[in-house]
Amino acid sequence: MTIIRISDDALARACGADEVAAAFAKAGATVERTSSWGMQWLEPLVEVDGKGFGPATVDDVAAILDGTSDKGIGVIAQHPFIASQQRLTFARAGKSRPLSLEDYEQHDGWVGLKRARQIGSEQIIAELLHSGLRGRGGAGFPAAIKWKTVAGAVADQKYIVCNADEGDSGTFADRMMMEGDPFALIEGMAIAGEAVGATKGYIYIRSEYPDAIDKLRKAVNLCAHIIAPFECEIRAGAGAYVCGEETSLLNSLEGKRGEVRAKPPLPALQGLFGKPTVVNNVLTLCAVHHILAEGGAEHYQSLGIDRSKGTMPIQLAGNIKYGGLYETAFGITLNELVYDIGGGTASGRPVKGVQVGGPLGAYIHPDQFEVPFDYEAYTGLDALIGHAGITVFDDTADMGAMARFAMEFCAVESCGKCTPCRIGSTRGVELIDRIRAGGRVLEGVELAPQMHNMPKKGRSQEDEIKLLEDLCETMKFGSLCALGGFTPYPVMSALKNWPEDFRGK
Amino acid sequence: MSREQRLSEIITDHQGREGPLLPILHDVQEEFGCVDEEAERAIALALNLSRADVHGVVSFYHDFHTKADSRPVVQICRAESCKARGVEALMEGAVKAAGERVKLADVYCLGLCSSGPNARVGDKLHARLDGAALNKLIENA
Repeated sequence: MTIIRISDDALARACGADEVAAAFAKAGATVERTSSWGMQWLEPLVEVDGKGFGPATVDDVAAILDGTSDKGIGVIAQHPFIASQQRLTFARAGKSRPLSLEDYEQHDGWVGLKRARQIGSEQIIAELLHSGLRGRGGAGFPAAIKWKTVAGAVADQKYIVCNADEGDSGTFADRMMMEGDPFALIEGMAIAGEAVGATKGYIYIRSEYPDAIDKLRKAVNLCAHIIAPFECEIRAGAGAYVCGEETSLLNSLEGKRGEVRAKPPLPALQGLFGKPTVVNNVLTLCAVHHILAEGGAEHYQSLGIDRSKGTMPIQLAGNIKYGGLYETAFGITLNELVYDIGGGTASGRPVKGVQVGGPLGAYIHPDQFEVPFDYEAYTGLDALIGHAGITVFDDTADMGAMARFAMEFCAVESCGKCTPCRIGSTRGVELIDRIRAGGRVLEGVELAPQMHNMPKKGRSQEDEIKLLEDLCETMKFGSLCALGGFTPYPVMSALKNWPEDFRGK
Repeated sequence: MSREQRLSEIITDHQGREGPLLPILHDVQEEFGCVDEEAERAIALALNLSRADVHGVVSFYHDFHTKADSRPVVQICRAESCKARGVEALMEGAVKAAGERVKLADVYCLGLCSSGPNARVGDKLHARLDGAALNKLIENA
């Protein structure tokens, strides 16, 4: 009997995969629901004997079954989008059923954990250090240093917390990982527990990802006996973007307002409930099982450039023709990513710019597309790699409006603890509005003769732009966390690269 | 079962856990459509918190509401990726289609960023929406 493989990833389902799968089942085929290959423009992608058909609709079912469909893309694994990648973290994507322990074991599941249990804490951390793995959540802090700090702390209870509050627009690697390969995340957490001596783990998932929450809850139950004595629990967020910041996430887990904590003390020493806590991003923890497998660390550190080692699951999003998940070694350029792999814009219009790293990442002009994908190279550009989401905009985008949105978003999502972020973002929105309106004119009571201390005239557009630059400096250096601290990146980069979008009116 | 009984049942379900407040609030919101003053008082009493503490948490998170709204909710993603794919141009039609009957809510990212504009109704996600598809979704909500 023909086995039809269709992804049950949230994106495939949002594009009608469930209906297509039901139609295949009705036509008498055996349907297996797998993880997604990550070629999202082809979803729902139907796989028959290794060959792909997509994007499939219910009307294509008969043609695919009798071999007359014109939506064939050939052998999926040989598709240029897949064949040119180096998949380590996403090695199982498209190949296994997310909640099948059998499939997971068949594809090298639990190998890292078993070996970690044999070699012990010190050796685990040594290998992690050797691999060069840096936190994939955005800051790029070496993972091994964090683990070592927690391992060295003395406490009756330690925690592993997985930050799965991936709120950045243009990023979906965490979501795909959790939905497609949930056991890999749990294995990574269990290894972290082994390394630092923690027996309890929490995965904090944002409530906007209902599929991921559901899958992980099921996965944790299925593999409880394998990871024991380590225990893992799923907690749902409640719609606050700032809870992706690690200290705010810890407060939220404790049942408090998701307000940012001042550091020090570091969460590694006083984290969840005041206990030593490892807080790592989904992709960081998911890279661990590969590193801990025999020879994994050496392989990992042989990839990438400079101090950016290993691979990065890059997410091609926004107005892009071939969007999806592209895992590759560091060093790739935006030209390759946007044009060669992504095929340019979905609308067919010229690319105006891309935003790398989510709402707090800089807008990058096509003139800078040759810069290599590398933490330090991006810092040099006043940009971020962040979570490696790339959002493409075509020439119809109004970058002045996008800069305003960055400030507006910060104002909505600010936790309110520090002033530069809470007030600065609101003042930023007003300032950008005034710049776009041509400057500030005196009005109302300001014109009254009694107001003799008032400036005699308003502020020109140039004056207002200087004020915005000043405000951005204050937010960048004065904010407690990355929300207020990085909001200036999209604002200033938009202003620098597309001043005409601010001064047009 | 009375409302009070159900409320105390939810609280008892989670009380033994570490950091029980958010799981309780999620269940109360799900069950009653809101976390109102009465619920806040009961939760505060059970967890040995002040009502101000509980209210502070309820008001902090976008997912919790102090008043129930019986209208169906359609969440439309208006973050960068969906903007790059033209969601803003659909909003006028969406507001018209929603009228008073449907509540439109903004959401910042559903994680389907290569295939926007995206929307969510209940736990069902919808991608690759155009004006007609979004309006139909709102009308059927």
